[in-house]
Amino acid sequence: MLNKVQAVDSRIENIGWEGKTLRQMLKESDDIFERTGHYQGLKDLKIRTGQPILYEKIFSHLRGGLVNARSTALNISASPIVKEIGELSFALYTPEGESVALSTGIIVHVHTMADAIKYMIRNNYEQNPGIAPGHVFCNNNSMIGDVHTADVHTLIPIFWENELIGWAGGVTHEIDVGGIQPGSMCYGHADRYGDGLLVSAELVGTNDLFHEDYLQRCRDNVRAEMYWVLDEKTRLTGCQLVREQVYRTIEEVGLDTYKAFIREAIEEGRRTLVGKVRQMGFPGEYEAPTFIDLPWKNDETVHPLARKDTMMHAPLRMKITGDGHLGLSFDGANQWDYHSFNCAPSPMQGAMWVQLTQTLWNSDKINDGAYYATSIELPKGSWCNPDYDKVSTTLTWFFLIPSFTGFVRSLARSYFARGYLEEISASYPCTWNLLQGGGINHFGKPSAFTNFEISCQGTGAAYVKDGEATCAAMWNPEGDMGEVETWEHLEPLLYLGRGRKANTSGAGKYRGGCGAESLRMLFKTESQILFSAGEGHVFASAGVFGGYPGNSGYRHNVHHSNMKELAANKAPYPTLDGDPENSAISALVKGDEVFDLNQMTGPHPFGEYDLYASVQRGGPGLGDPLERDPAAVAADVNGGELLERFAKPIYGVVLTRGADGRLAADVAATRAERAAMRQRRLERAVDAKDFVARERERVLAGNINAPVRAMYQSSMKLSSRWAAHFRTFWSLADDFSF
Amino acid sequence: MSVSHDINTLRELKDGKLSFEKLHGLISGFKDADRFDKMVQIWQESVEWDDPILLPLAEHLFVVRKPDGRRVVKSTWGYEYCEAQENWKLHAKVFVRDTEELINEIYPDKLGCDPEWMQLREYYDPLSGTLLEVEVVPPGYPIVHDFKPDIDTFYRDWLGRPVP
Repeated sequence: MLNKVQAVDSRIENIGWEGKTLRQMLKESDDIFERTGHYQGLKDLKIRTGQPILYEKIFSHLRGGLVNARSTALNISASPIVKEIGELSFALYTPEGESVALSTGIIVHVHTMADAIKYMIRNNYEQNPGIAPGHVFCNNNSMIGDVHTADVHTLIPIFWENELIGWAGGVTHEIDVGGIQPGSMCYGHADRYGDGLLVSAELVGTNDLFHEDYLQRCRDNVRAEMYWVLDEKTRLTGCQLVREQVYRTIEEVGLDTYKAFIREAIEEGRRTLVGKVRQMGFPGEYEAPTFIDLPWKNDETVHPLARKDTMMHAPLRMKITGDGHLGLSFDGANQWDYHSFNCAPSPMQGAMWVQLTQTLWNSDKINDGAYYATSIELPKGSWCNPDYDKVSTTLTWFFLIPSFTGFVRSLARSYFARGYLEEISASYPCTWNLLQGGGINHFGKPSAFTNFEISCQGTGAAYVKDGEATCAAMWNPEGDMGEVETWEHLEPLLYLGRGRKANTSGAGKYRGGCGAESLRMLFKTESQILFSAGEGHVFASAGVFGGYPGNSGYRHNVHHSNMKELAANKAPYPTLDGDPENSAISALVKGDEVFDLNQMTGPHPFGEYDLYASVQRGGPGLGDPLERDPAAVAADVNGGELLERFAKPIYGVVLTRGADGRLAADVAATRAERAAMRQRRLERAVDAKDFVARERERVLAGNINAPVRAMYQSSMKLSSRWAAHFRTFWSLADDFSF
Repeated sequence: MSVSHDINTLRELKDGKLSFEKLHGLISGFKDADRFDKMVQIWQESVEWDDPILLPLAEHLFVVRKPDGRRVVKSTWGYEYCEAQENWKLHAKVFVRDTEELINEIYPDKLGCDPEWMQLREYYDPLSGTLLEVEVVPPGYPIVHDFKPDIDTFYRDWLGRPVP
């Protein structure tokens, strides 16, 4: 619908409101917020209070248009990540780039697209390359505003006559980005030069059409070119649908009312979040650090600069102040490095934002008002705010996901204090194993893939119930595993099986939701490069109130397997790995077995009939496991979610087998066992002060493995506050270092 | 919108006995402004000691006011850890799972952590042996202070009344 467009493909001077430039508008917006504490200085929300029905109607029009755009546009895509998993979303922005309303979907990007729009404004795109009706911009540069290269933005300006009245933005996750290795989030290289096709807030279309040279560049530079190009059209169509809905809304309510509404919606958003914090939070300071391992010292598939063992430190602190301000700090985070897990400030802000949508502000009215009600401290030079802008960021999520688990646990403590027990979650598990790869596929074509089963992990335990099994991702509240058959069409790996995995749930009075695993076999391909990603030596999330973390991961692959012979002989073969202490793979398959904690690997070669176990995660638990209902423990064992031999050591539950073969809890014996276990706990525990004295000696002696020592050293170097904290806690000299 | 829930509903919530329908209603509905006071009343009923609860700090842990005015962290079973601003963990019993054998009591081999990289610190109530918190951190990490509440600001500025 170009009838509102007066000057297609021509530059319009001062496209902002009242003859201003966008830069002027953005600066004035920032200044007035700084001065008044209100978005656009709005103290009174005149439409909302004077015409509340109209206000809600406008919001519903816009929200409906955004949801419809997503639901309609995804049918253009051919990518299962977009079409089945739903890795796309759309949002509407003010002229200055603040989000007003958003669709469902992968909404972590709503704020990152805002950053991309503001980048264009601050860098004077109005003059060069120009911002005009029908223009199409694209961005996947996380240093500008994105999570990582695989998430590609389309941004279109929305004009009414000669005035810019907003932006529509859409994002999809690509199956391949043309990196140095196949997959949407390849890694193992040292810096940005291996990240793949980078589009840095670029003008890629005019007159509502993509420039053909841009599309050709995409085709030339990515492996899964059909998916990329169709996703471009998916996003542009969605943005155009959003624009249509804005036009319809303005025609109904008038331009002035629309303009006033988008201002009020954001100020309402800001006030709502402040109100939510005061309603459900508790003022104070919270501490919830997390970690993840990068065991690459002996991985010859990664760049020499990355070939070392590393530990990421995310020392999250949350502070709620008396005025309802919620602030996060990662002061003390260790340094960025030559790997692909560095994280620009934009995705960190986006991650905070998406967590708010799933916790404190789980309403469809969330928008960038939340940005104005919160803050986040990201130390310069750290992995979450690198001071070298050529770092690789293809898999930013590997550090980002664990780093925010503590945010949810800190909110849980806040809810507990206020009595809102129904809102408490022990947090989320991380979303891996992440399987990616590529090579000549089963159709004889060069290809790449990223398996998005990861969008279904077990959820964290709640205060009053167990977590749910295999259903969610922290980055997309509408997780979907995708059909096995769809993945088999895309990937030259058969599913020998997919099912729940016992003992992945974090133990607790309420346990985390169960995780899943799949067993894959390469088929009809000579070779593929495969990645696996996830923590293996650590827990990257944690339980709360006495609950344990869900499982960590491991690597179990078989190269040069005898699966072909097993199939020809109709001999038993594994469908899952199952209990790793009694592995079905090890029992049934012969070959070169790799079975260790190095879950995080670079791009390793695999051949036909090789096996690849893909273990997902269970949610963390809540509360003392000895307080769990014994009948629930028996049900977990009967249901295959808990191995029988762990019922007693974890839960103190004594099981007996009935005539029907099912296990039941012996209540009296369980009561006695639990009493004895509590006594045993106290007998083998020590006073905390004795532990501190013992551990201090270990610190002084430097008897800590190299990557952890290096992590401490780096954190102390980057943050004098964290250095003082570390030295003070262990009563160390002011100049102590490892 | 002003909402208030019957105290028996909240008791059932605390005890995990609320029906799914009622639980769903609590989650999706407007929040009740009087929840804090009602839950403090429920927690107070659940313990056998008389020190007034100022704040539910964590499962089985409360900040209470002692007769001499001190604010103290106290457990369900009556163990008094420390002043409210201190870290109660420094006054608890602690057991550290820092060997494969100890980690494999809870996790099958390969589903747990490597003790060289990370340890599980279990903090127990010294009177009851109840597990209050599990910390998962690398060796040498300072004990984490999970929550340092600002009780004065909460009562004075948010509830509009002095701390009891």
